[in-house]
Amino acid sequence: MTPIVSADVAVVGAGPAGLAAAVAAAESGAAVVLVDAGAQPGGQFWRHRPETVAPEQDGRGHHGWPTYLDLRARFDAARGRGRITYLPGLQVWMAQQIHPVQGDDGGFTLRTTPTAAVAALEASVGSQTVVARRLVLGPGGYDRQLPVPGWDLPGVMAAGGIQAFIKANGILPGQRFVIAGTGPFLLPVAANIAEAGGKVLAVLESSSPTAWLPHLRAAAGVPEKALEGAEYAAVFARHRVPYRTRTIVTEVLGTDHVSGVKTAKVDAGGRVRPGTERVYEDVDVVGFGWGFTPQMELPLSFGIQTRLDADGSLVGVVDERQQSSVPGLFLAGEVTGVGGATLAVLEGLAAGTAAAGGTVSPEKTAARHRRFAEAMHLAHPVPPAWQDWLAPETIVCRCEEVTARQLTDARESLGARDARTLKSFTRAGMGWCQGRVCGFAAACLGAGPGSAPTVESLSGSAKRPLAAPVGIGELAALETSDN
Amino acid sequence: MSTHSSGETWSVNTQGAVNVSFDGRPLVAVPGQNIGAALVSNGITAWRSTRKNARPRGLFCGIGVCFDCLVTVDGEANQRACLVEVQEGMEIEGSCADRGGRA
Ligand SMILES: Cc1cc2nc3c(=O)[nH]c(=O)nc-3n(C[C@H](O)[C@H](O)[C@H](O)COP(=O)(O)OP(=O)(O)OC[C@H]3O[C@@H](n4cnc5c(N)ncnc54)[C@H](O)[C@@H]3O)c2cc1C
Ligand code: FES
Repeated sequence: MTPIVSADVAVVGAGPAGLAAAVAAAESGAAVVLVDAGAQPGGQFWRHRPETVAPEQDGRGHHGWPTYLDLRARFDAARGRGRITYLPGLQVWMAQQIHPVQGDDGGFTLRTTPTAAVAALEASVGSQTVVARRLVLGPGGYDRQLPVPGWDLPGVMAAGGIQAFIKANGILPGQRFVIAGTGPFLLPVAANIAEAGGKVLAVLESSSPTAWLPHLRAAAGVPEKALEGAEYAAVFARHRVPYRTRTIVTEVLGTDHVSGVKTAKVDAGGRVRPGTERVYEDVDVVGFGWGFTPQMELPLSFGIQTRLDADGSLVGVVDERQQSSVPGLFLAGEVTGVGGATLAVLEGLAAGTAAAGGTVSPEKTAARHRRFAEAMHLAHPVPPAWQDWLAPETIVCRCEEVTARQLTDARESLGARDARTLKSFTRAGMGWCQGRVCGFAAACLGAGPGSAPTVESLSGSAKRPLAAPVGIGELAALETSDN
Repeated sequence: MSTHSSGETWSVNTQGAVNVSFDGRPLVAVPGQNIGAALVSNGITAWRSTRKNARPRGLFCGIGVCFDCLVTVDGEANQRACLVEVQEGMEIEGSCADRGGRA
């Protein structure tokens, strides 16, 4: 039988949002359990080399490292006082609501499974079941992808994946890089590569700097972002990194591995401008990032109210205390709207405090960061014409190897207009990743050229019966315990 | 705030060595690295082939989301190379049709 850990407040995720939530809840007097898939705290933003081999880390390549160190010290102190039970290396694969019965206000159950089923890993703990009165979800997100011909070749990575590789391992995944997509996040990726000794042949941004002009007020509200921008500009100048706007990768070249990329200039709608093609040769890593997709399966499993954010992502609706439409269920970080680590920390602090029954006062800083995030999303949209970049044979679903042609055929001849119907006709989104990588693209293809996916289509693709792959044994155990 | 002011490249302390095997062949990895990093830094950038088209795959998302990087570790199939830290003596197996890394 799976051991049960109970607490006042359960937190999922040890990234900026979850770490802050756990600390705030514990400091407000709650008994807290923090479950995280990672082996050590930090999430995506503060991912770092294993502390077992590198106990002293100076935060090189990181932003906001002092904030991390502060939260981490408070986290360790609360663990020392027995206020936080930390369960690393465990993925929550199912979350359920315990409905209130007389005299009891209900709560939440989390089923977990080890992230890696490898006996040699010292940190590995067995599955645990977590039961808590309140739940804070801070599961973050992952890079959003738009398929182009050749993007399934080895050597093509998510831009964030390159960043994670560098932060976790302290080395580079290749030598000669092209980074492409949209958004300010491409800058820290390229800067870290250059600082770690890699050659960045180009950063290709599909948008144009003038897209920021209508949003200067929002940008001015967060001056630290301008400083960060200046810092990247200096790194780019020092390492001679070309930054090309209104430019995209139209094809990744290579047979069994990336060897180069074809690029082209695009207009404001993302349509390729003929005659602007160019080839970069001798490339061994291409990093693509089109913003981020919040990891919505756990929030969606509770049937919470959702909305489309300014970047077209499906996110959870929360009140000023970060509470979702389900009482007792709080959301923080990317799942309430992609807005970066600073905002994730502020939301986490509010969510943790509120979940512990404390009072939360409205945050001016959070509001400024939200306005900045919105401006950023509007200035760096997914180009409406991106579907034109696909060749009929381009793989869209990497797991089940479903092509663009299969998806558009299913739309045109079978009337499959949303991600879920497309999935049942073509198997796109049915493989190992359960549509995490292709879900957005498939939803766009269902909507048709130039159209953006609806809340319904994105929800259909992000609803996953299991939030992580789980062994038969754990499923069987669930059957027994529920009988 | 960080760091990007020094101009020198990173010098990560990568002392020590972890001996692992990949498809039966010995590889030396750096302590603390994940399997994906150990393979890539040994020049192996693809270690799985897809079911339908037998296309090569290696790291993609880097954070455990895409499952492109699956390997067998000490006999446990379907482990994500980007998430599992190398340990001394670990036996890693890919599932490439041609068992090769990058040509
Ligand atoms: C790969 C990657 C790299 C990034 N690098 C940068 C960067 O360099 N600079 C920058 O400005 N922004 C970066 N970002 C964006 C930045 O990470 C986010 O803005 C920020 O981390 C959001 O914080 P969060 O706490 O919401 O989520 P995260 O930091 O993503 O933390 C979420 C945590 O929840 C865990 N989790 C998720 N689901 C489960 C589950 N079912 N069970 C258990 N645990 C779970 C995850 O393992 C993770 O530890 C990156 C994003 C990604 C995806
Ligand atoms: S690279 Fe995506 S899961 Fe490992």
